[in-house]
Amino acid sequence: MRGYAFQRLALGAAQLALLAVLVFALTALLPGDAADVRNNEDATDAQVAALREQLGLDRPAVERFTDWAAGLPTGDFGTSLVSGGPVRDILADTVGTTLVLGAVTLAVVLPVAVLLGVASGLREGGRLDRTVTSVTLALNAVPDFVLALLLVAGLSLKLGLLPATWVGVEAGDLLAEPALLVLPVTVVAARVVCLLSRQVRAGVVSVLGAGYVVQARRLGVPRRTLLLRHVLPNAAVPGIQELARVGDNLVGGVLIVEAVFAVPGVATALVRAVEARDVPTVQGLALVVAVAALLFSLAADLLCHRLVPRTEVLR
Amino acid sequence: MSIFRNRREFLALTGAAAGGIALTACGGPGATDEAAGGGEPRRGGRFRALFTGGGEQETIDPHAESLAIDMARTKALFDRLVELDATMAPVPRLAAKWESNADATVWRFTLREALFHDGKPLAPEDVLFTFARILDPKATTHFAQGLLSVIDLKKSRAAGGNVVEVALKRPTAEFPALLGTLGTAVVSSRYADPARPAGTGAFRLKTFQAGRSFVAERFDDHWDGGAYVDELHVLAADADARGNALRAGEAEFGYEMTPTFARTVQADRSVRVLAAKGSTAHAIVMKCDQEPFDDPDVTLAFKLLADREKLVQVVLAGQGVVGNDMFGKGYQYYPEDVPQRTRDVEEARALLKKAGVLNRTLSLYTSSVANGFVEAATLFAEQAADAGLRVKVTTGSSETYFKDQLTKGVMGSHRSGAMTIPNYLNDRLLSTSAFNASAWRRKDFDAAFATARSTTDEAERTRLYGRLQRTVHDEGGLLVWGHPDWLNAVSSRVRGMDAAPPNTLHSARFDKVWLA
Repeated sequence: MRGYAFQRLALGAAQLALLAVLVFALTALLPGDAADVRNNEDATDAQVAALREQLGLDRPAVERFTDWAAGLPTGDFGTSLVSGGPVRDILADTVGTTLVLGAVTLAVVLPVAVLLGVASGLREGGRLDRTVTSVTLALNAVPDFVLALLLVAGLSLKLGLLPATWVGVEAGDLLAEPALLVLPVTVVAARVVCLLSRQVRAGVVSVLGAGYVVQARRLGVPRRTLLLRHVLPNAAVPGIQELARVGDNLVGGVLIVEAVFAVPGVATALVRAVEARDVPTVQGLALVVAVAALLFSLAADLLCHRLVPRTEVLR
Repeated sequence: MSIFRNRREFLALTGAAAGGIALTACGGPGATDEAAGGGEPRRGGRFRALFTGGGEQETIDPHAESLAIDMARTKALFDRLVELDATMAPVPRLAAKWESNADATVWRFTLREALFHDGKPLAPEDVLFTFARILDPKATTHFAQGLLSVIDLKKSRAAGGNVVEVALKRPTAEFPALLGTLGTAVVSSRYADPARPAGTGAFRLKTFQAGRSFVAERFDDHWDGGAYVDELHVLAADADARGNALRAGEAEFGYEMTPTFARTVQADRSVRVLAAKGSTAHAIVMKCDQEPFDDPDVTLAFKLLADREKLVQVVLAGQGVVGNDMFGKGYQYYPEDVPQRTRDVEEARALLKKAGVLNRTLSLYTSSVANGFVEAATLFAEQAADAGLRVKVTTGSSETYFKDQLTKGVMGSHRSGAMTIPNYLNDRLLSTSAFNASAWRRKDFDAAFATARSTTDEAERTRLYGRLQRTVHDEGGLLVWGHPDWLNAVSSRVRGMDAAPPNTLHSARFDKVWLA
């Protein structure tokens, strides 16, 4: 398993290198550069040219890229073309907030999805199963931003139960005021729970029907043992694999949530950096997101292996 | 999310308009409070103001400010020599009064007694230092560099006591108004580090983190009496989040609200919308240096084709007034006596027929850089079709639209606002203007502008500017179809704040607000 992990990490490093080149090339394809975007429309050509030179944008693209890449091994993510400060500072400012949001969401998603999935899977076709299925299907069809606006309108503006935005919130306030997290986490979690619980349910249903479970039951293995030792681990695998796969839903959800609730996180920073043609910042943020996705999917695969060592995850 | 879009809008808009109410706020607390619900001003409290953010782009360097959120922050920390009132006319701030020599090449400003946050009194040397800093050729992002390049630094001097004498390279009757524009705040001669602002403003900086937060506290020694609230927070949030925060009581002020928000909260007693009537300008521009718009008959025909009422109803959701093909409705020097242009498809068709351009296809380059651009372009294309013209609308990149528009399409979308009429003419309609959206280049116009700008007699100057505007109205490539209202909102606890066009003295001004 360790070998597998190393192999995956090596592959991941190659993927990251490719991604860095791609992101750089794609950003270069956008119309205009940081000097164009940053200057006001009254700026003279001379002012724009001076700024371009000051930012080093007049140097060949390959040179700029290799300079940036050369700094990476030492943890130097380069200098923002907008703030003039290290990109590392921007990452430090934004990554923490998004991590908290993501971690809390995950902590909510997993137990809820597993519980719903198992409960409905155990009584396939029962009333609970039908209710869960229809609710998750319906919820899954509601776009994230609509859900966000509905929740804010109802719970915050109408009833005044929860904060409507993170306006004025300092990074340290988050854990002191957990109420701030409720709505954003609910919105991001909603769709992921829908997708996951259905996978878990399907897993439970198929495992329950599998020959070895039927045989074990016939042999009188207690229901609880059967459930915990055999059904759950096997049913969880498709769920976890699905979780690794719905990363894009998580990212998309976080993006929308950050906009609606004025959360100063990675997604907002990334959109702004792209708009500003702040290439080093775009690359820094893209790398951080990519590393997170990579580790996340690796962790999911390793977990699957641990739960069901015989499955083919090791390929 | 799209701050740069917003910044562009803002830069394009330096302007103001009607809204005489805005003026009441400077009549002292009494005048203000009546408008907002009465009561004696009270000290204390925390005031949270929300703007579209700019992430790392945000700055509190008053000379590099470019976003509305920057300007709100620098306005709290610094003062300008001069500010602009709701008609874009200059009013005294740190300069108590000013006068010029006969040909407007030397200006004497008498400074008020004011203290910087570090205890140093305001002196002429600070003003000279400020100009030198703005004009520093190495400073590529100093906004007012172009505008103030008229200053002759070498010949400017402290003229004894609290008088500073500013020499200009050419006669400029509008010089005081130039000092009321973006990027002109006065800093202390000890100012070196933007992170430690040395200003005379009503608030003193506590903390600032670009893209994140800004907290300032009341500066009790402010020359204008100081602020009422203890603490000012100027924060970033997108339009929806601004609205939600206001309604949920999580903020006291929201800048640049949408017409949709204004309609939604009509019955909501917790929020008040402050609408400055017709504050900015929306236009379709035709490039006068390109066929067929090199013929003024053709530009006139297009102006006659626009159904302005419908554009205002649809694109601005009715929250605005129709335009008359001139910039600056409601501002100082606007010729109000020019008859309103109305739709006349028959006349337009006749003109187009005469010019031989019926049944043509023309390209209109637009983008979603400003709200309403694409909608207005599309609607206008439909209106032009009534005369047998095909207008092909192309949508381009938001981030570089204002640069691209100069080279793409024979028509384009244009939006402008908060700047004085002379500034608009200077920046947009001279042969040398960097951003000449309608490619209007006429030597006689340039010369007439130079004359107007150096005319010290105000009545005569008004007449000359009026004539320039009329020329643009008759022959130019600007189809100014509407002036949208400028919408801000406050929570119902807020007193001492009224509708104000952007970039004017009372826009996003927080030293006179108090919480009931």
